[in-house]
Amino acid sequence: MKISNMTQVKKVSKFASIAVAALIVAGCSGQVKTAADVDDASAASTSPANTGSQVTGINSENVGDLQSVYYFEFDQSVIRSEALPSLALHAQFLAQNSAASVRLEGHADEQGTREYNIALGERRAQAVEQFFIGRGVGGNQVETISYGEEKPDFSGLASKSRRVEVRYTAK
Amino acid sequence: MFKRFCITLAALFSLSVNAEVFVEVVEGIEEPTHIAVVPFGWDGENALAEDVSAIIANDLRQSGMFKLMAEQDMLSSPEQQDQIFFRDWRISGNDYMLVGSLKPSATGVSAHVELFDILSEQKIWAQDIDSEGASLRDVAHYIADQVFQKITGIRGAFSTQVVYVTAQGRGDSRKYRLQMADSDGARSQTILSSKEPIMSPTWSRDGKKLAYVSFETDKPVIYIHHWETGVRQSIQSFKGLNGAPAWDPTGNKLAIVLSKDGNPEIYVLNLKTGSLERTPRHYGIDTEPTWSPDGRSILFTSDRAGRAQIYSVDLATRVTKRLTFKGSYNSRGRLTQDGRFLTMVHQDSSGYHIAVQELKSGNLRILTSSKDDESPSISPNGVVVMYATKQGGKGVLAGGSLDGKNKFTMPSSLGEVREPAWSPFLN
Repeated sequence: MKISNMTQVKKVSKFASIAVAALIVAGCSGQVKTAADVDDASAASTSPANTGSQVTGINSENVGDLQSVYYFEFDQSVIRSEALPSLALHAQFLAQNSAASVRLEGHADEQGTREYNIALGERRAQAVEQFFIGRGVGGNQVETISYGEEKPDFSGLASKSRRVEVRYTAK
Repeated sequence: MFKRFCITLAALFSLSVNAEVFVEVVEGIEEPTHIAVVPFGWDGENALAEDVSAIIANDLRQSGMFKLMAEQDMLSSPEQQDQIFFRDWRISGNDYMLVGSLKPSATGVSAHVELFDILSEQKIWAQDIDSEGASLRDVAHYIADQVFQKITGIRGAFSTQVVYVTAQGRGDSRKYRLQMADSDGARSQTILSSKEPIMSPTWSRDGKKLAYVSFETDKPVIYIHHWETGVRQSIQSFKGLNGAPAWDPTGNKLAIVLSKDGNPEIYVLNLKTGSLERTPRHYGIDTEPTWSPDGRSILFTSDRAGRAQIYSVDLATRVTKRLTFKGSYNSRGRLTQDGRFLTMVHQDSSGYHIAVQELKSGNLRILTSSKDDESPSISPNGVVVMYATKQGGKGVLAGGSLDGKNKFTMPSSLGEVREPAWSPFLN
């Protein structure tokens, strides 16, 4: 089963916005580096949402069909708002399956120095990690690694290289 | 909201810095010395494996301090003093000339070379050198070192090595290699080959050890390669980043970057005692450490002021100060061995270039006009900086004199080339 059914995504989107709002509040309370770095643009689209999960049916069989590569803006580690619904599904699956685990691989484009880009890739992976943890995923289920600019996307497009890849190590 | 506000402030700050950007060109660059390296005679039956005089000429040219006379412009090919008509060589505008001859010896090849000051017609150096089984390339680099020192007064650094990283292929066939070659790029050999990235090679000051980062175990681990024993040692790794190793002058400590406490910080690892000490903490990205020659401070890159700039921290007082102010982005500093000059990656509106700053005056000179330049590494005599750049979209190594006048590139057959690390003097 492909998880690309429109209604389902829409519901998740609403669900995701609650967490976004919570993070923004945390940011305003003086925490300079909000862990998940969720941007203001996604907060602006926040609307009152249903509480409680309406998403069901993510299991170890179909979780691999979810989007697994998430792109970032230049020199940013803020998760793009359009990535949130899909990331929320990963988070839901992980939260419900404590034996499942992921490896988050952070990458950067080739602009800037290699060591800086290793740090930037890590920030991106950490942003996704914090998003997961904020949704009930256990810290021991997530591992992060940064490859910086060492494994660029072979399209040669910088925008495709600035990414986090979600890879399941157990599901 | 708060974060957005911070970013806006940082942007304003960097704008105001931008408005003051100006780059001073440090004057006083001398004209290159004109020299004729006359093709050496060879008194043997079979052709030699190496063109010794051509290697010497290439070494001298790449230093940027010499202008080499073209071989086809030479009217004669003297091999020793009594065959030289100094007037001819003077008229052709040369200051110095090197002549020599090679002949078979019991243990290989012996060379006789003579260096002349053309104006005074004085012999300033002559030597008989037997290869004793060593490669003729070693002999050629030795002669180039001697000629360089006799004329400039600066120790030659042609008999040194360069380590660098290559990446070739895509997907499952991708291969990363740690390579070592002569300083002119010849005799390249593979030290380590891996399907996972290799990064940040760096030599200890005595040239006996090389530290680097390898992802071969699916996480970044810092390794130390001991040249004399061939032993490869991994150092304790921590959760998160383990990278950017930098040797202190004694070779007993490594500055490294770890993110085990949440974000990248610079630590000093004492390899003898195993103790690990964190330098003053900051929530920004702190990375790319390098030691001052006296070992008292560490220079590093930080984005604490918005974008990357180079700072130094005094290890005793723990006082941190900013060193670079010209331009909105300066990173990955490396000092010359005398500690006077700092090379770095400098960004301006046309891209990332290699620049050099005289620390005392703060004068900055941009050495390169190509736009994807990174990883500067200075020759141990402080004459040439080697760096990585792009040529036709592909990573290559390039070099240039610190006066910015002379440039050269080093081709490689192993795909993308990056992160050159010039060895110290090895002899």
